Amino acid sequence: MIRFDSVSKVYPRTNAPALREVSLEIERGEFVFLVGSSGSGKSTFLRLVLREERCTHGTVHVLGKDLGQLSNWKVPQVRRQLGCVFQDFRLLPNKTVAENVAFAMEVIRRPRAEIRKRVPWVLDLVGLGGKEDRMPGELSGGEQQRVAVARAFVNQPKLLIADEPTGNLDPQTSVGIMKLLDRINRTGTTVIMATHDAQIVDQMRKRVIELDKGRLVRDQHRGVYGYQN
Amino acid sequence: MRANFVLSEIGVGLRRNITMTFAVIVSVALSLSLLGGSLLAREQVSSMKDFWYDKVQVSIFLCNKNDAESGDPACAKGAVTEEQKLEIETDLEKFDIVDQIFFETAEEAYEHYQEQQKDSPIAAVVTPDQMQESFRVKLHDPEKYEVVSTAFAGREGVHSVQDQRALLENLFQLLNGVNIAALALMALMLVVALLLIVNTVRVSAFSRRRETGIMRLVGASSFYIQTPFIMEAALAGLLGALLACVLLVGGKYFLIDNFLDTRIAVIDFVGWDAVMSVLPFLLVVGALMPGIAALFALRKYLKV
Repeated sequence: MIRFDSVSKVYPRTNAPALREVSLEIERGEFVFLVGSSGSGKSTFLRLVLREERCTHGTVHVLGKDLGQLSNWKVPQVRRQLGCVFQDFRLLPNKTVAENVAFAMEVIRRPRAEIRKRVPWVLDLVGLGGKEDRMPGELSGGEQQRVAVARAFVNQPKLLIADEPTGNLDPQTSVGIMKLLDRINRTGTTVIMATHDAQIVDQMRKRVIELDKGRLVRDQHRGVYGYQN
Repeated sequence: MRANFVLSEIGVGLRRNITMTFAVIVSVALSLSLLGGSLLAREQVSSMKDFWYDKVQVSIFLCNKNDAESGDPACAKGAVTEEQKLEIETDLEKFDIVDQIFFETAEEAYEHYQEQQKDSPIAAVVTPDQMQESFRVKLHDPEKYEVVSTAFAGREGVHSVQDQRALLENLFQLLNGVNIAALALMALMLVVALLLIVNTVRVSAFSRRRETGIMRLVGASSFYIQTPFIMEAALAGLLGALLACVLLVGGKYFLIDNFLDTRIAVIDFVGWDAVMSVLPFLLVVGALMPGIAALFALRKYLKV
């Protein structure tokens, strides 16, 4: 699904690499937490998977494609198989909930009939049935994040990337979002989630990958947020 | 539905930047009307050249009494004599390049002068004996003027040899100069227009970064993301080009047909067919150029 082979990333005009010699593999259907303090390289890791950046050394394979060799115009083909959720939701404020979700299908030119069928289905799935015509501004943070998850999932991606999806939410709402992500994971979608939320990581007991100053320092199955001893 | 989506995006984009869009339209309109105008002016000059070169002659002005008495160095040996005139005429006939020869008497010259300078106060005081007699020589090839000039200039009884083409040449050079100035101004306006377009696209890309960011992440093709921006610029350019067309047609109608043509009969001004043939060219340039400028701007300001 994802394979990093001694990947390093140095941003232009900086000395310290954001990632150093990271090698790891993530299998299809896994649920992976990416933890580490700010500046540890979590975001860089996700940006490399999304091919928003290219790595400086090493190779990144996503869905069998070597992203370093992939030409720019083929990148959208890979991204269509990925879904993204962010801390700040990134919804379009002037579109309704249903339009926001439909937008993700429209811009990759899905047929109208399919959009009409799938949007209500996915909104039901995330628990927003009946709120199709609300504007994002009228929803709570948790609900907005559910819209974002619906948008990320509506094209049935093979991989869902979540960059601190609960960062702006209270613990109770966060649990709801985590249940949703877990449910999506159970449909066979691989989920990678960067987070600072120790409670969630400890509860879920999934694979934990920890980065520190760009290095991979821990890769633990059924792990916890930090070392307890 | 797709068309609707793209069209509504374009509409939103244009309205969001209404002042900038207006600036783009005006500057494109000005630069394209200058371009069209100078294309037409070039056509005008070349048609005038064809017309006038056909009529121009080399004039050999002969010395008259007046010249001899006033001490003109070319006429130091006195006014032209009948033998000298005959000699010049027979010599002229020997040249292969000479097509036709006319002799203009002082009286004829006086009449022409009076006719041309009707309103001038000088015309009233000029007398026939002040006018010069002249040979008007028509050449097969007007470019060969030098041959006649070297053969007859400085000969006794000849005051001067004048190539009328040289007079026209000055006029044409002036017209060409004006033309080049118009083109330079056009180039400058074009740069302004392009910079405005780049800036408009930048603002537009910035104000829509949320949408484009999402489009990018869900895997919309860069073509799909960029099309509304490019169409926006192309549409503004097309509106500018339309305005330029209106200006040119208006210029032809009001300035040439209803003003210059009625006052200056000797010049055959560019016709409607020439104007019409320039318009499609302006429309194409008007739509393509901003579109291409937008594409380059997007490469810089819109990460895909």
